[in-house]
Amino acid sequence: MGGTFSRPTVPSDAASSIRAFHLTVGYRKRRTPVWQDANFEIRTGEFVAVIGPNGSGKTTLFRMLLGLQRPARGRLEVFGEAPRRGNPRIGYVPQRHTIDTDTHVAADALVRLGATGTRWGPGISIQGPKEAAAQALAAVGASELGHRALGALSGGELQRVFLAEALAGNPEMLLLDEPLSNLDLRRSRELVEVVHELVRARHVTTLLVAHDINPLIRCLDKVIYIANGRVATGRPDEVLTSESLTALYGVTVEVLHDSRGNIVIVGGENPHEANA
Amino acid sequence: MNPFSWNIVTDLRSMWQYAFMRNAFEAGTVVAIVAGIVGYFVVLRRSAFATHALGHVGFSGAAGAVLFGFNPVYGLLLFTTGGGTLMALLGRRAATRDIEIGTVLAFMLGLGLIFLSLYNGYATEAYSILFGEILGISDAGVILTLEAGALVLGALILMYRPLLFSSLDEDVAEARGLPLLALNLVFMLLLAVAISFAVQVVGVLLIFALMVTPAATAVRLTQRPLYAIIVSASVALFSIWAGLFIAWYEQYPPSFFIVTTAFVIYAVVRIGPTVLDLVERAVGAPSRRASPRTPSPAVTPHVDPQAPR
Repeated sequence: MGGTFSRPTVPSDAASSIRAFHLTVGYRKRRTPVWQDANFEIRTGEFVAVIGPNGSGKTTLFRMLLGLQRPARGRLEVFGEAPRRGNPRIGYVPQRHTIDTDTHVAADALVRLGATGTRWGPGISIQGPKEAAAQALAAVGASELGHRALGALSGGELQRVFLAEALAGNPEMLLLDEPLSNLDLRRSRELVEVVHELVRARHVTTLLVAHDINPLIRCLDKVIYIANGRVATGRPDEVLTSESLTALYGVTVEVLHDSRGNIVIVGGENPHEANA
Repeated sequence: MNPFSWNIVTDLRSMWQYAFMRNAFEAGTVVAIVAGIVGYFVVLRRSAFATHALGHVGFSGAAGAVLFGFNPVYGLLLFTTGGGTLMALLGRRAATRDIEIGTVLAFMLGLGLIFLSLYNGYATEAYSILFGEILGISDAGVILTLEAGALVLGALILMYRPLLFSSLDEDVAEARGLPLLALNLVFMLLLAVAISFAVQVVGVLLIFALMVTPAATAVRLTQRPLYAIIVSASVALFSIWAGLFIAWYEQYPPSFFIVTTAFVIYAVVRIGPTVLDLVERAVGAPSRRASPRTPSPAVTPHVDPQAPR
């Protein structure tokens, strides 16, 4: 973690999707920053988990990447540029708990809006978006959900539809905020499989906020661990160690492994956040 | 006046010999199409309370216009657009909107009360604002309605996809760069205009019958936004035509027949499938829901008492 980029003038790297230099995040009303002095690089096509206790600033990282919030200090680059709102190269799935059960709108209508929802003027070309929606739904294994009403879908089905909505715009980066939070273990693993497949097949850089690292751990290229106002980044086996997390939290933290490769993090401010 | 015959075309022709009936059908047609279409977004955005509130705010405006001697529709337009702007600026996110709408509603209704108490005329003006006066629309009123309707439809066509996107998925629409505040503001203005003209037809108190009921019917019939919009406008149109038609032969207020027609269609669509299902079970026909674990219909306690309906 930290210190890899001492100067914010590192030559641009075409294979780099996100770069943070001494990035500090805070809200005007709060005196202490949410987290500070983060330095990391996410390369194109990497599958990254963003992990940390509640309120540690995981969603805030997404808001900055989407250009919805400015860094307090430091610099953030997305595809070599400052983040801007409405960047069509980014697909976003916000954290959502449910959708109203009386939303009588077909799922593929929403997915289609993911492709054309930002276009003004009369929409004459029906066929193009229709195909884009069908392809996006097929890519997440949800072709059969297209004609179903959004309000009638289960949590796992909805997450696939939201993922398809994000994919319909053909993004080069996916930001997925807690897509697993309302899913049972089996559905979680299925969704992770779908995302992992997308990352590999389309080479789309993917950041996924999660509470539990275990359903993800075998697919990840990198972990961004946010805790105690600081950020640690690296390969899972570098970050998720007793030494690294103890340094991050500032108190003794132990990382335990079970026989199947699952991990349990004990200690820290919120000892349960990484448990299954 | 000719008596009712089963030849609907002849009946309509005989009604249309009268200018006030022609005006009612013309203005009613424009209002129905606009209200049906705007209503779809009202249902999708869950803006039913805003619709209700804007109607009432419009009442205050109309009362003020009557007091100062203007055409009530200008008072309606002024107050609904003003109120809609306030509501949009105060409550940007759907989650907090109701509170802001309520505060604006209460304030503006207070103005309506003072206008009414200052006005020493007859109560008929207030009555026609509350319950509509479709048979009293002038030639100029028809033209004005047509112009306003064209404006609202034109704006909706231009912003169709962004409005749909922000109505269905606010967070993603925002991240994708859509101006949520502007979209909400423009939508509230369009809603205000649509309501101001719908008030001529059904009045402030019955505005839901045109702005919400047809769209609520439509979303139960189709899940495709474009089809739902067409169905919604058609239901509103049928309600107004049927209401005017019946009111020609039965000398009661057309608003009553319009509202009732819209409600009956909604009720049939809403409970029709359930009733059919219950009847099917009661007569013992093989139900598609039957499964080995389901008890036989005859012993399901909550089904039998309702079945005779």
